[in-house]
Amino acid sequence: MLVSGAALLIACAAFVAYDLVSFRESMAHNLAIEAQIVGSNSVSALLFNDPRSAENTLSALQAAPNIISAAIYTPDGATFAAYSRNAGAKTAKNLPSIPPRQEDTYWFKSGRLELAHPIVFRGKRTGTVYILSDLREMTQRLKRYAGIAAIVLLASLLAALLVASIFQRAVAEPIVRLAETARIVSRDKNYALRGTPTGNRDEPDILIGAFNEMLEQIQERDGALRKAHDELEQRVHERTAQLAATNKELEAFSYSVSHDLRAPLRSIDGFSLALLEDYGDRLAAEGKDHLQRIRAATQRMGMLIDDLLNLSRMTRAEIRKEAVNLSALAQSVVAGLREAQPNRQIEFRIEDRLEASADPRLVQVVLENLLGNAFKFTSKCTSACVEFGKLRNNGSSAYFVRDNGAGFDSAYATRLFGAFQRLHTASEFPGTGIGLATVQRIVHRHGGEIWAEGAVEKGATFYFTL
Amino acid sequence: MEGTKVILLVEDNPDDEALTLRALNKNNIKNDVVVARDGAEALEYLFGTGKYAGRDTALLPQVVLLDLKLPKIEGLEVLRRVRADERTKLLPVVILTSSNEDQDRITGYGLGANSYVRKPVDFSQFLEAARQLGLYWLVLNEGPPVRRS
Repeated sequence: MLVSGAALLIACAAFVAYDLVSFRESMAHNLAIEAQIVGSNSVSALLFNDPRSAENTLSALQAAPNIISAAIYTPDGATFAAYSRNAGAKTAKNLPSIPPRQEDTYWFKSGRLELAHPIVFRGKRTGTVYILSDLREMTQRLKRYAGIAAIVLLASLLAALLVASIFQRAVAEPIVRLAETARIVSRDKNYALRGTPTGNRDEPDILIGAFNEMLEQIQERDGALRKAHDELEQRVHERTAQLAATNKELEAFSYSVSHDLRAPLRSIDGFSLALLEDYGDRLAAEGKDHLQRIRAATQRMGMLIDDLLNLSRMTRAEIRKEAVNLSALAQSVVAGLREAQPNRQIEFRIEDRLEASADPRLVQVVLENLLGNAFKFTSKCTSACVEFGKLRNNGSSAYFVRDNGAGFDSAYATRLFGAFQRLHTASEFPGTGIGLATVQRIVHRHGGEIWAEGAVEKGATFYFTL
Repeated sequence: MEGTKVILLVEDNPDDEALTLRALNKNNIKNDVVVARDGAEALEYLFGTGKYAGRDTALLPQVVLLDLKLPKIEGLEVLRRVRADERTKLLPVVILTSSNEDQDRITGYGLGANSYVRKPVDFSQFLEAARQLGLYWLVLNEGPPVRRS
């Protein structure tokens, strides 16, 4: 607005300046023609020294209202005839001295135009015409121009204002509204919002259309994404519910096993013992032996059930990891073993300051089983030795429990960890074959690995990571 | 006389009943044993209703041996009602059961069981458990003062 106004103003000024310059020139030119006419008509008057005739000629200048005064000089510079717009006024004394030149000369002086025109007859200078003109015409013209320029400027500014306001309404406002819509969409993630079309089929309308189309696509994709997410969530819910239901069933099953499967065993064992106590004297040694076998089998069955329940419990138990001092834990397990069989001669070497992040309850079961096994399978050694430590190799490390006991055939190393898998008979070494399966399950649930190395009668080493 | 107070055995399995009685007997526990074969019967005995209507409920058992898996009313529910009643809330209750599930023990103690004993498969062990139970609850333990209404 300001720029266009300034440009317009400069253009007007330049135009007016140019016009004034050319107008001045044309004024001087007109004045020169008038002077020439006056000069030509005054030749004879000058030649015949007839000032009256010359004055007559000069008075014709009345037709030009801008001419203030005029005069004819003789070649020696004396005033020959004079004219003044205000009749009667003496002009002669106001006349300047005219430079004796052969061509027209004009100059502007204090708001007036003065012109001197030499009168030449047959190549001889016979006098000079002098005309003094005011610049009224030019002033008027200037005023007119100023007026026109002002009107043009005002009109242009008004037009510019109008155009700007139309532009504002047609372009700027829709774009501002669109920007606001975009801001709300991005803030509220509400892709159902749309820009309002201007309905003018103009650029903003096209822009809004494109924006809405983009929103439409985003909304579609957002919807699809949300649907996929919801479906996934739903599926996770279903799976979780299924898992929870399965877990609950498993728990109910375990509970039932725990209660109901052991009851008959108690009866078998209880009444077998009652039979032995009450009627033992009437039974032959073989009969008593049978009853003892029944009782042993029953108790073994009880142990199996307990171990199976334990295994199942380890599978279900929630893991709560914390920093566990494995060395201290191993020491307490060893103390328990020694207490159970105080007569065993056995050496335990437990590495100090072994720490792990694990569930303390579960990792205790691991150590109880591994150290218990080592304790058990060294029972026939003359100098039994069990070691618990940490093996460090190339940045990775594993805990190990090593013994110098019965060992095992390395061909069966992987079978060791299956439930009910035993490499020894119960009479050699008692056990249910569930301990290592339980240990493996706990290690796996901690995200660790377990493996074993050994040879028959050369001891066994169990490695595990947590 | 304290010795004349009964033991209430809540047990649905007749084998377990016979074995428990035998274990008590083997350990020279001479108290009369009242057997309730389900939870409802146990509550009837304690509150003098139903089959035991008119029984003097002020005569509380020395101890209740309570199985958990019971017909009609479950053992834990029996315990809850016993503890909720002013007359029996201090009654010594020993849970005697097959299960050693954590949830049973937690709930049992939570409801105010005085003791939780698991019935072992090995009857010799059960005999020892019964001996200790008898010693503790029938000889060593001083019961709550008898309420007279």
